[in-house]
Amino acid sequence: MTAGGIRSIGNANPGADAAAGAGMAVTASGAADNAASPGPAKRGPARSHILSVLVENKSGVLARVASLFSRRGFNIYSLAVAPTDNERFSRITVVVDLESAPLEQIMMQLDKLVNVVSIAELAPSDAVQRELLLATLKVDPAVRSQLVELVDIFEGKIVDVGSASLTVMLAGEPEKLDSFENLVKDHGIVDIQRTGRVALQKL
Amino acid sequence: MKLTGAQALIRSLEMEGVEVIFGLPGGAILPVYDPIVESPIRHVLVRHEQGAGHAAEGYAHVTGRPGVAMVTSGPGVTNIVTALADAYMDSIPIVVISGQVATPSIGTDAFQEADTTGITMGVTKHNWLVTDAGEIPRAVAAAFHVATTGRPGPVLVDIPKDVSNASMEWYWPTSEADLDLPGYHPAIEGDPEAVEAAAALIEQAQRPVLYVGGGVLKARGMEELRRLVDLTGIPVTTTLMARSAFPSSHPLNMGMPGMHGTYTAVTAMQKSDLLIALGTRFDDRVTGKVPAFAPDALVIHIDIDPAELGKIRRPDIAIRGDCRVVTMEVREALERRNGGAGDAGGERAHRAGRGDGAAKSRNGGGGSGLPDLSPWIRTIETWRQEHPLHYEPQAPGERLKPQMVIETLAALTPDDTILVTGVGQHQMWASQFWQFEEPHTFVTSGGLGTMGFAVPAAIGAKVGKPGSMVWAVDGDGCFQMTAQELVTANAEGIPVKIAIINNSYLGMVRQWQELFYEERYSEVYLSPDLPDYVKWAEAMGCVGIRVTEPEEVAPAIEKANAIDDRAVVIDFRTDSFEKVYPMVPAGASNDDIMEMPTTSTRDAGRSSERKAS
Repeated sequence: MTAGGIRSIGNANPGADAAAGAGMAVTASGAADNAASPGPAKRGPARSHILSVLVENKSGVLARVASLFSRRGFNIYSLAVAPTDNERFSRITVVVDLESAPLEQIMMQLDKLVNVVSIAELAPSDAVQRELLLATLKVDPAVRSQLVELVDIFEGKIVDVGSASLTVMLAGEPEKLDSFENLVKDHGIVDIQRTGRVALQKL
Repeated sequence: MKLTGAQALIRSLEMEGVEVIFGLPGGAILPVYDPIVESPIRHVLVRHEQGAGHAAEGYAHVTGRPGVAMVTSGPGVTNIVTALADAYMDSIPIVVISGQVATPSIGTDAFQEADTTGITMGVTKHNWLVTDAGEIPRAVAAAFHVATTGRPGPVLVDIPKDVSNASMEWYWPTSEADLDLPGYHPAIEGDPEAVEAAAALIEQAQRPVLYVGGGVLKARGMEELRRLVDLTGIPVTTTLMARSAFPSSHPLNMGMPGMHGTYTAVTAMQKSDLLIALGTRFDDRVTGKVPAFAPDALVIHIDIDPAELGKIRRPDIAIRGDCRVVTMEVREALERRNGGAGDAGGERAHRAGRGDGAAKSRNGGGGSGLPDLSPWIRTIETWRQEHPLHYEPQAPGERLKPQMVIETLAALTPDDTILVTGVGQHQMWASQFWQFEEPHTFVTSGGLGTMGFAVPAAIGAKVGKPGSMVWAVDGDGCFQMTAQELVTANAEGIPVKIAIINNSYLGMVRQWQELFYEERYSEVYLSPDLPDYVKWAEAMGCVGIRVTEPEEVAPAIEKANAIDDRAVVIDFRTDSFEKVYPMVPAGASNDDIMEMPTTSTRDAGRSSERKAS
């Protein structure tokens, strides 16, 4: 694991890792261990990592990335994609399941895609992560105020209200969204949609 | 200057120095075929698009230049997918130009529409759908750049019919920056610290092996490999894709590793304390059971594709870079560290190796601090003497031995003869029993194992090297898959020679059924004379020769060698029950290598084989 928990490829020569006496695969498994940090019970794989992948904003690029994951047997836990401030590029934030393949192999195979410009691996402790959740919940009038209070505590927003249901929007760290989801489960969830996380390296 | 998209495409191919296109026209590619009439580029009209792809591969194999194939949309593209997949697995630079239905029709299930970029995504290094005629020169230049740099591979440029018909202002990209490839940066030089670390490991090794793969041929690193061997005296094994990278006659060449490798090469790797893996990818056909592969060896892995470093076996030193450049850097590091044993020392080592046998080659190193490998080389020599490649000579009443046919062919053809094979038993025997002395003289389908590769690949090889004799050794099963391209060969004046090792079976599958399925032969029998290969050859304009007797083998080959105005097919009727040995069963450890049974056990086995058939 290199200092700072951020490794990136695209311009760096990966041979440098090996030259430092640690083989590349050693580096990869070191990174993987670090990812399995103890923490609150989360949805998703225990050994996951976040890759921030800068790609050319061209048609078919997402298909290339998805096809690579599928063909090589890598598992994606979540994936979010949107254009960057430079219209030539998009950023794909992908949470990968490290049970399926070593991180190093996933990064190297991704980097071989001609449309992939650079890849940064963001260790959870060194990244700001956010996710958005939309949930339509059943609301019994008797507990409506309780639910509104819960949304308040989580700094969520009620974005739509029906006679027996309401739709909530909540943004935050994925773990916070997990907790909220757990708490509202008993009220009855009609529909729920999460975006998958987006992340940036901490400054 | 205004050009149509089609004219711009052909002009772009001319700018790339393309001398030949293998192709077959159709509706969506029609506009592009029009400017071919005036172009100096030769077009070879194949009979099936798969043949165009393999011919482009054969051309690329022997010339090092990208092979070009052109096909129409839909079935034209799906027919060439096998060749793309083959080129992808073996890192062969080919450029496929495909027609596509007009842009307004894309996605409407139009006539001969297929999702070309989607279908070929997983079997190309990259592909492009060009939707603007103005982008054609850039896309073609980018395609050639991507196909030929870094780890070479196939690319595809898909051109809708309306784009070929549209008008554009001609230009030609003059720099890499013009190619619009912000994510593509192949590395050439190895990391200096890693090179130094590799040199240090080589100095400590007592039982090193150079495990050489196809990357050395791709990088034109044969001479640098030779110099590294001259300096260090390290024995060499060349994978199927690297046959011809190092002369078979060199005393330190142990032959091929892997499932059907020599006992010496397989065992030397198993006992090695240092594998120097050069442009190779630890394929399952080489490693056998990975946890049991070369268990005591440290690994230096040199490859231009960083994704190969650690994919299968964790290297102790990983060096990303071009094989030729990094091999040179490692040798220079060794020379620097050991008192500048330069070319003169290398020359001495080389002569010593030639003159007195491999065991002494290290001694010529001239003040070198490199360790004395002579005990290791002596051990290897013992294995080589005790476990040579061999086969039982043909007994009276038996059919021809395929190995004898291949040995005779090798003996009667010049050293620069290009040998092309299909896939299966004949391929393994060809690799085992041919003498490779000149680089880039072996063209085969390795990773994908594509039956039917030989005939069209031989055509491509002959077009690329018209001055060399091109022989394909093919199986009877393989031959039936793509034989129609011999029509192409004769129509276009491409005199290739085909030796069919006709054992009337899908021989490799038959071998596995014999060894691992209790001789329960399921759907492997083909018949020796249906089709009649001689008549078939003649119908396609070839000279057809049948050989059934051992004394006819050499005269038939000499007759074929003398024919230069058309293709020749020799139907060698060979022993159906001959098996490829040595063999490491699939998934087994390389320590469990099976050698050819002794005569007595073999005869016992054969009687039951006869009953089974």
